[in-house]
Amino acid sequence: MHYCLGDYVLDITQNAVEARSGEVVVDLVESTESFRVCVGDNGRGMTADEKARALDPFYTDGTKHAKRKVGLGLPFLVQAIELAGGSWEIESAKGTGTRVEFAFPAASVDSPPTGDIPSLLLCLLCLPGDHEMIVRRKGPRGSYELKRSELSEAVGGLERGSSLALLKDYLVSLEGDD
Amino acid sequence: MAKMTLEQLRKLREEKKQDMTRREVEGKEIQVIVGMGTCGIAAGAKLTFDAVVDAVNAAGMGDQVIIRQTGCMGLCYVEPTVEVVAPGMPTVIYGKMTQDVVKELVEKHLVQRKLLQNHIFDRPAADV
Repeated sequence: MHYCLGDYVLDITQNAVEARSGEVVVDLVESTESFRVCVGDNGRGMTADEKARALDPFYTDGTKHAKRKVGLGLPFLVQAIELAGGSWEIESAKGTGTRVEFAFPAASVDSPPTGDIPSLLLCLLCLPGDHEMIVRRKGPRGSYELKRSELSEAVGGLERGSSLALLKDYLVSLEGDD
Repeated sequence: MAKMTLEQLRKLREEKKQDMTRREVEGKEIQVIVGMGTCGIAAGAKLTFDAVVDAVNAAGMGDQVIIRQTGCMGLCYVEPTVEVVAPGMPTVIYGKMTQDVVKELVEKHLVQRKLLQNHIFDRPAADV
């Protein structure tokens, strides 16, 4: 199980990036009632059978790790949501893409803590690959949208330590007190 | 901190570029790669990545160090894992690299160019 909500978001978004997606869109909507997340991609997608098997922790498609027998990302997520009394939905079509949508109720003691949002956004935006990523955030400090290509251009790439420090300052400012 | 605009971010980058004397780093770059598989994330790799960014910049090495994420390195039992590739030094995979150890990693391996003995797990065994 993951420690915080942001860990689930990162894990699911990593799946989306690794599905050879050209574009990944992440919605993070935090309200007094719930924390809602939607991760959509235009990658490989899954058949109905593959989608059902993706929820089995003792199944993996073998593309990432040839001899491995487990795939824990989605099963972890579903287990945590069901414990907390939240909701989830996965829509996928082979060759078209996948959309994973889930919500944790804020009132449930079994909902994980949100975690550090700037730290999550930094990791999301720096997931390796040449895909585009759009993150739409609606939270206690208002709303904003991040576009990976735009930020990469602004800070001079998403790999060098000095660029990542600038990006982190920017992300912290978006979630700041003013 | 007041909300920054994208334009302010671009301006800040230009200012920083003017402030620092860029060293010739071509071919001398150090790579720090954080394992961000499900196992790594569960062990706190997100915070480790964040701490690497902070520690590298605090050490004044932001321009010389490339910080990347990768998937599981096959060492799930000692997550979070961090691989360091530094010219003139052996490539090492460190385990149990929680955020509180990252400062020591940067100080020892990147600055003093010494290995952090207690955390070395070498290259991973064949994937399980």
